This record gives sequence, C-alpha cells and structure tokens, in this order.
Amino acid sequence: MKPASFKYIKPESLEEALEVKSEYGDEIRILAGGQSLIPAMNFRIMQPSVLLDINMLDSLSYINLDSNKLRLGAMTRLMQLENDSVVSKNSPLLEEALPYIAHPQIRNRGTVGGNISHADPAAELPVVAVAMNARFCVESICGSRWIKSKKFFKGYFETDISADEIMTEIELPLFEDRTGWAFQEIARRSGDYAMAGVAVLLTLDNDNICNNARIVFLNMGEAPMDTNKAVGLLIGEVLTEELIMEVADLASQQEIDPIGGIHATANYQRHLANILTKRALKSAYSRVQKHE
Amino acid sequence: MNEKHNIQLSINGSQYTADVEARLLLSDFIRHTLGLTGTHVGCEHGVCGACTVIMDGHAVRACLMFAVQADGLEIMTVEGLSEGPEKLNALQEAFREAHGLQCGFCTPGILMSLIPFLKNNPEPTEQEIRYALSGNLCRCTGYQHIVDAVLLYVERKNS
Ligand SMILES: Cc1cc2nc3c(=O)[nH]c(=O)nc-3n(C[C@H](O)[C@H](O)[C@H](O)COP(=O)(O)OP(=O)(O)OC[C@H]3O[C@@H](n4cnc5c(N)ncnc54)[C@H](O)[C@@H]3O)c2cc1C
Ligand code: FES
Ligand code: FES
Repeated sequence: MKPASFKYIKPESLEEALEVKSEYGDEIRILAGGQSLIPAMNFRIMQPSVLLDINMLDSLSYINLDSNKLRLGAMTRLMQLENDSVVSKNSPLLEEALPYIAHPQIRNRGTVGGNISHADPAAELPVVAVAMNARFCVESICGSRWIKSKKFFKGYFETDISADEIMTEIELPLFEDRTGWAFQEIARRSGDYAMAGVAVLLTLDNDNICNNARIVFLNMGEAPMDTNKAVGLLIGEVLTEELIMEVADLASQQEIDPIGGIHATANYQRHLANILTKRALKSAYSRVQKHE
Repeated sequence: MNEKHNIQLSINGSQYTADVEARLLLSDFIRHTLGLTGTHVGCEHGVCGACTVIMDGHAVRACLMFAVQADGLEIMTVEGLSEGPEKLNALQEAFREAHGLQCGFCTPGILMSLIPFLKNNPEPTEQEIRYALSGNLCRCTGYQHIVDAVLLYVERKNS
C-alpha cells in the first residue's frame, strides 16, 4: 500500500467535523475531493496521522445566488460548477477558468474549497478568487470568520486557515455593469498545470474610460500575483494598443516573480505573461463592448 | 491505526462486503481484494488515467480514492461493459475494428472515460473527443486510431 497508515474519521455533520478538527489540530487533514491530497499521500510527501473525510457533508455543497453575490459551498465539485447555468450567467470569469483545471475525471471529484485551500500558486481558482475580490468563510467550534482572498494566500501551499478551522463557503461578488472579463493560460498539454496564466477584469464608464481593473497571474510567484502598478496605468484611461503594450510590459517585468522550471525558464514565463496580458485585456475589452 | 472498516458496495451490479484498512486505495481494492484486474494502475497520482472507473455515473480515478470512501456507492469497471468475458460491447467492438489499441494497457481507462462522455454528448465533434481523451495517456497508438474508433462508434450509433 502506498500511503502511510492513518486514522479515518467520517463525520455526519459540520458540528461533529469541527469538534474533531479542534481535538486533533495539526495532526489532522481534511479530505475533500482528495485530488491533491491523495497524490501527495501516495508519494508519502504527506503522512497525516488522521484524515477527516467531509464528503458526507451535503450541507456544504450548493450554488446560491443572493442579491449581488454568488455563494458556493466548499464541497461543491468543480464539475457541478461547470455544468451550472447560475455560474455561467453570473460568474463568466469562473466559468471560463474551470475547463483549464486538470481533466474531467479529476473535476468530478475535486472541490472548490479544496482547490482554494490547497493554495497552489499554479492553480486557477485562487487567481479567479483574488481577481473577483472573493471572501472565504471559515468555521471552527468557536464560531466563523470571513477572510478576504487578498489576505488568505500566504505563500506556497500556505493560507490563513488555522488548525481548528474548516472552509465552508466561497463568496464571489457579481460584476459591476460594463465589466469585461478574460481568463487565459498556456499549458504544455491540455489539463496540465499551466506555465503561465492570467485573469483580467475591466470596468469601463459610458465614455469607455477604465475606472476599475484587475490583472492577476498564476504560477508567477508564491501566491496569486496581483498587479497594482500595471492596473494603475489603466485607471482613468481609454484602452489603446500602446497602453495595452505598456501595461503588459510593466506587469510582466516588474510585478511578477516567476522561478522557472524544467519546462519554462523564468524569462520565458515572463514572455508568456506579457503575451497573455495583451490577449486577455483585448478580450475583456471586447466583451464589455458586446454586452451593450 | 490499522483498524479495519466494513464497506458494502456494488461493482458491476454485484454486491460486495469487505473489511478494509483506511489507506487501501480503491484501485488496489478492485484489483487485489476483488481480483478484477481489468482496471489498470499506471502512475497512482491521477495523471495517466489507466485506473479510471465509473462511480455513480461519473468517471473518476480509482487511485485517488480510498476504498473506504466507496462505501454504499455503485461502481462500474471495464468488466461490467459487456455481457460476458468473451463478448464486446459496441464501443469495444469499434476499438477492435479501428485498431484503437495496441498493448491495451490504457484501454480500460479510456473506455471508462468515454462511456459517461458519450452518454452526455452522443454526437461529439472530433475536437470534443480529443478533449475527452486528454486525461488518458496512451504510449502506443499516437491517439489517432482511438479517435477513429470513437468516430466509428458514433457514426454507427447515429445511423
Ligand atoms: C493529474 C492532476 C492534474 C491537476 N491539474 C490541476 C490544474 O491544472 N489546476 C488546478 O487548479 N488543480 C489541478 N489539480 C488539482 C485538483 O484541482 C484538486 O482537485 C484541487 O486542487 C484540490 O481539491 P480537492 O477537493 O481534491 O482537495 P483535497 O485534495 O481533498 O485537499 C487539498 C488540501 O486542501 C485541504 N482542504 C480541502 N478542503 C478544505 C476545506 N473545506 N477547508 C479547509 N481545508 C481544506 C486539505 O486538507 C488538503 O490539504 C490536478 C490534480 C491532478 C490529480
Ligand atoms: S493510476 Fe490512476 S491515474 Fe494513473
Ligand atoms: S495501447 Fe498501449 S498504452 Fe495505449
């Protein structure tokens, strides 16, 4: 058997799960879809002594629209999101990112809470969450608290969740009017983690002046890489070919920190980030126009 | 730690009961405990697709689940596709005719990925077929004959 031995606990309710979690603290791992945790256990990179299987907690699986927010239960499977008309209608950036995550067989098990809690800087959903200013609800036996996506991702596979907490909900604000979106990435093969990727949001006023924008990269540092300077160039301006080039140059040269690897050098990653930024800005811009 | 958990599940329509250690992977349970060796194991970290089975109607990696998690669920493996060991179902027959396999190591996982896909999308384009196959590695065929096999199956089914 590949994984090391562990004690297996399958709670019937969230309350029971939270109690177990507080009892075992750091020794315990939550088993959601298992699509990141079980590979790590098969390699014995991870050898948790207790697994808390929350797959029975149906109350954590939902897609709800409430006034101007989309609420996703942490245990909602990625495939459920992909096939949901509420998601496609209200959160097109999320919809566009989903098919890039692994393969359908993995998305049938993988969960939105697991993808975000795992905090892989190369994963798609943390980047979508940061671009959209999402918040995450985490609960413990002491109560619940909300964490802003910007504060949540602390570094490689590190988050603000403490040992006694479980993520229960992902809250995605809906777009303002006249907002365009784009998610683009480049991977070596379909389903692989990408060498580079970007999520872009652009909000324009009636004169097509940009009054809000987000450009967030994946696999370009130890967490989703948010860009402030590049976005600053866009605010108050009308998009032109020159401005798009300037923004892409600034973002890809100064606001990311790729480390490179066997499949792409850091320089090549910067080059991809530059090209993707230009494409995504143009695509987001044309989507604002189309929505008139 | 080595505590056993009792599980009951249905595989290819038959009921099974077993006591399993929590760390036993579903793929090893299917192959070693039940002796259903049609489900293959390649990478054991979700990449190759050889271990793909159908669980409650969805294709999943058997190497990325523990057997204890399958308690109460319905699973179909490649052995459940046709009426008997000597028989082929229509998709398998198309694979045979179009040379959709050489060594056959990847084939069970590919078939189990395709069954739910074709159920949801009975008239797929070649592009959609290629995307559906992208989570299954084949080191022999170069994929072209696998795509041809699926196209042959779809053509027959819809004519
Ligand atoms: C071959 C392959 C390719 C992949 N490619 C990609 C890809 O391209 N992009 C991508 O984004 N992902 C990819 N993945 C990972 C996949 O998307 C995972 O499903 C996802 O990252 C984790 O979700 P999960 O539900 O499976 O979590 P699990 O594996 O169950 O858990 C992951 C971690 O999060 C913790 N956790 C889970 N849920 C909670 C919760 N509710 N509260 C607190 N902590 C929690 C767990 O304890 C664990 O540490 C790939 C996986 C495989 C096997
Ligand atoms: S053995 Fe399960 S995906 Fe390779
Ligand atoms: S036929 Fe040999 S691996 Fe596919």
